[in-house]
Amino acid sequence: MDAIPYTVEPRQDTGLYNAKLGVWLFLASEVMLFGALFSTYILLRIGAAQWPLGSSILNVPIGAVNTVILITSSVTMVMSWVALKDKSFGRFKLCLGLTILLALAFLAIKGFEYNAKFEHHYFPKTSTFLAIYFTLTGLHALHIVGGVIVNSYFWGPGCKMWQSDPEHFINRIEVAGLYWHFVDLVWIFLFPVLYLL
Amino acid sequence: MSNDPHNSHRLNFWQKYIFSTDHKVIGIQYGITALCFLFFGFCLMMLMRWQLAYPGEPIPFIGKFLGENRAPGGIMLPEFYNELGAMHGTIMVFLGVVPLLVGAFGNYIVPLQIGAPDMTFPRLNMASYWAFLAGGITMLVSFFVPGGAANSGWTSYPPLADIATTGQTLWILGMVFLITSSLLGAVNFITTIFQLRAPGLTFMRLPVFVWAQLVTAFLLLLAFPPLEAAGILQLLDRVAGTSFFLPSGLMVSGEPLEVSGGGSVLLWQHLFWFLAHPEVYVLILPAMGIVSEILANNIRKPLWGYKSMVYSVIFLGFMSFIVWAHHMYLTGMGTAINAFFQATTMIISIPSVVILTCLFISLWGGSIRFNTPMLFAVAFLPMFGIGGLTGLPLGLSAPDIHLHDTYYVIGHFHYVVAPGTIFGIFAGIYFWFPKITGRKMNEFLGHLHFWPSLLFMNCIFMPMFVQGLAGMSRRLYDGGAQYAHLQGTLNLHKMISMSAWGLALFQLPFIINLIWSMCKRNIVTSDNPWKSTTLEWQTPTPPGHGNFPVEPVVYRGPYEYSVPGAAEDFTPQNKPGG
Repeated sequence: MDAIPYTVEPRQDTGLYNAKLGVWLFLASEVMLFGALFSTYILLRIGAAQWPLGSSILNVPIGAVNTVILITSSVTMVMSWVALKDKSFGRFKLCLGLTILLALAFLAIKGFEYNAKFEHHYFPKTSTFLAIYFTLTGLHALHIVGGVIVNSYFWGPGCKMWQSDPEHFINRIEVAGLYWHFVDLVWIFLFPVLYLL
Repeated sequence: MSNDPHNSHRLNFWQKYIFSTDHKVIGIQYGITALCFLFFGFCLMMLMRWQLAYPGEPIPFIGKFLGENRAPGGIMLPEFYNELGAMHGTIMVFLGVVPLLVGAFGNYIVPLQIGAPDMTFPRLNMASYWAFLAGGITMLVSFFVPGGAANSGWTSYPPLADIATTGQTLWILGMVFLITSSLLGAVNFITTIFQLRAPGLTFMRLPVFVWAQLVTAFLLLLAFPPLEAAGILQLLDRVAGTSFFLPSGLMVSGEPLEVSGGGSVLLWQHLFWFLAHPEVYVLILPAMGIVSEILANNIRKPLWGYKSMVYSVIFLGFMSFIVWAHHMYLTGMGTAINAFFQATTMIISIPSVVILTCLFISLWGGSIRFNTPMLFAVAFLPMFGIGGLTGLPLGLSAPDIHLHDTYYVIGHFHYVVAPGTIFGIFAGIYFWFPKITGRKMNEFLGHLHFWPSLLFMNCIFMPMFVQGLAGMSRRLYDGGAQYAHLQGTLNLHKMISMSAWGLALFQLPFIINLIWSMCKRNIVTSDNPWKSTTLEWQTPTPPGHGNFPVEPVVYRGPYEYSVPGAAEDFTPQNKPGG
């Protein structure tokens, strides 16, 4: 009795393979992490004497463009998984590559946005609004960076597994996709809360 | 990444004992490291006890080694006393007790009890240990930075913690490592218990210990992230100049603080206690699990009310997320919020009482074997009972106004954690030692460890209730010598301190026993020396790679002792038939 079971095929009574359950649990904990920060936002805002309208400080069109970019990257992510299910490795490479490029575009735009804020002398210490803005978006950007690293691994050296163990590789892309959709979802909450409300 | 780290049986020393992915080796690594931290945390407390019993007198023997910036002339400085207090709490909870319960026992025992070859993610398991060690080392290093270790209490309340010395920053970084470690562990435990149960091992056939670990893992998974968020915010307050926890118009030493303000000190308390209350159940549930296993084994009959215990453990887990603000009655949250948290706090006491009652009733009519693990397990029951019952006045906001932040609180939670949980840990070590090493621990030394420990634990913590009711605050550097209303209870400090040092002395039999039993060749003759029913005893001793020679199949519940008509007084879970 050596090998760990259910690394590839799902267990019958739970209907899940190990990594899928693992990533759902990890995401549950991420929900609590961002949930705590959103709660912080609410508490700071209701306790504040005045709270600026997000759009008076932040650039709404740039935020909107970034929202579109991330949603598109979620679509290409799921398409890369479908491509593997269709046994079309070339299409997988294309779609996952697009996902990575879109993520990098998001980060570049975010960096540009941060830079513009710094040039206007808007820093985390300027006000609690900017403090929570930089904390939430900064932590989210770190999650994007994490996703880019994982996806780049599966696009590059990690994709050799497609030859040796295709089912396992499809699972990995599915798990990476679940994470990526979560990161996308966080932004979908961040954008209206910070920029529009 | 291959998912089969067991395929190579030719491992060198480093792969086998240091960078191992085997859950048993990781469990032992956790155990040894955490026992060292537990001892270190206890040493910090013994230093504090000197200052409380003999305020302003030089510490004998070791005082001169502490350094001029901590104890000039051997006399402890108030700042150093505060460091000791903050780090005693942090080290005991996050580096001692939880790693022992979850990291050591959970890692070693859970896969064995569910008939699994290992944890589902062995590499994450290893990463969890190394993150834990990094966190521990960060905490230790913080003693040597300018200004010393964190000195704002283990709760790190702002605004004090926001403006404290560098040690506080290291405390936050250390906590981030520990939170990462527990996240990896929690994901691993839950997937392992859900996915790797042996055929036939349904949820209602799981030993109580596994149930306790499962609920504990959920608590760690969901309660720690808010503390991580809070840690990030406090770190930004300290290094980036934000004002998350700094209200407007804050004055420090008569000078207004150069910050934007607008933050909330209560925000930290909410985020902190959202973790720290479930953390209390992280500290107690696995200990209850250990005690249940040992009790069932030594009363030689099934646990009374297995299902009630399981449902109570689950209910405790849920409720522990909505009681956190009972730590905050004195902050003036308002009567409506107080009323809510009083109600939930009273409700959460019910499942604890159910579990304890089940364990007490289980004793009834059993032919009890009083070996060392059983002594510790039985002592757990009244000790935890005292700890739990003295918590009720603290859960109601009116008496809490008087008792808050007094020695009464210290007495209450130490009864839960010290003679409660730590007795559970000792019980577990004596109980599972034969499986882990193949050798039995000495019974005489075990008794010599148990009886004085029980006596001294009570001599330490019982007088604290008296001091607390007299109104002694928990954070006084001189133990309250300058207060008129405390003069009557000051002499108890000496007794408590003497008992603490006595307790330390009688840990020597345990340490000697641990090392001596490992070296001596009093090898157990059976794989199942306690004649137990659960799966961890149905393996070779010590279990090899992959734990079970063939995959076990489970046919029955966990505690089939003294079944009428059975050949022996115990029927292992993997025994076919009937």
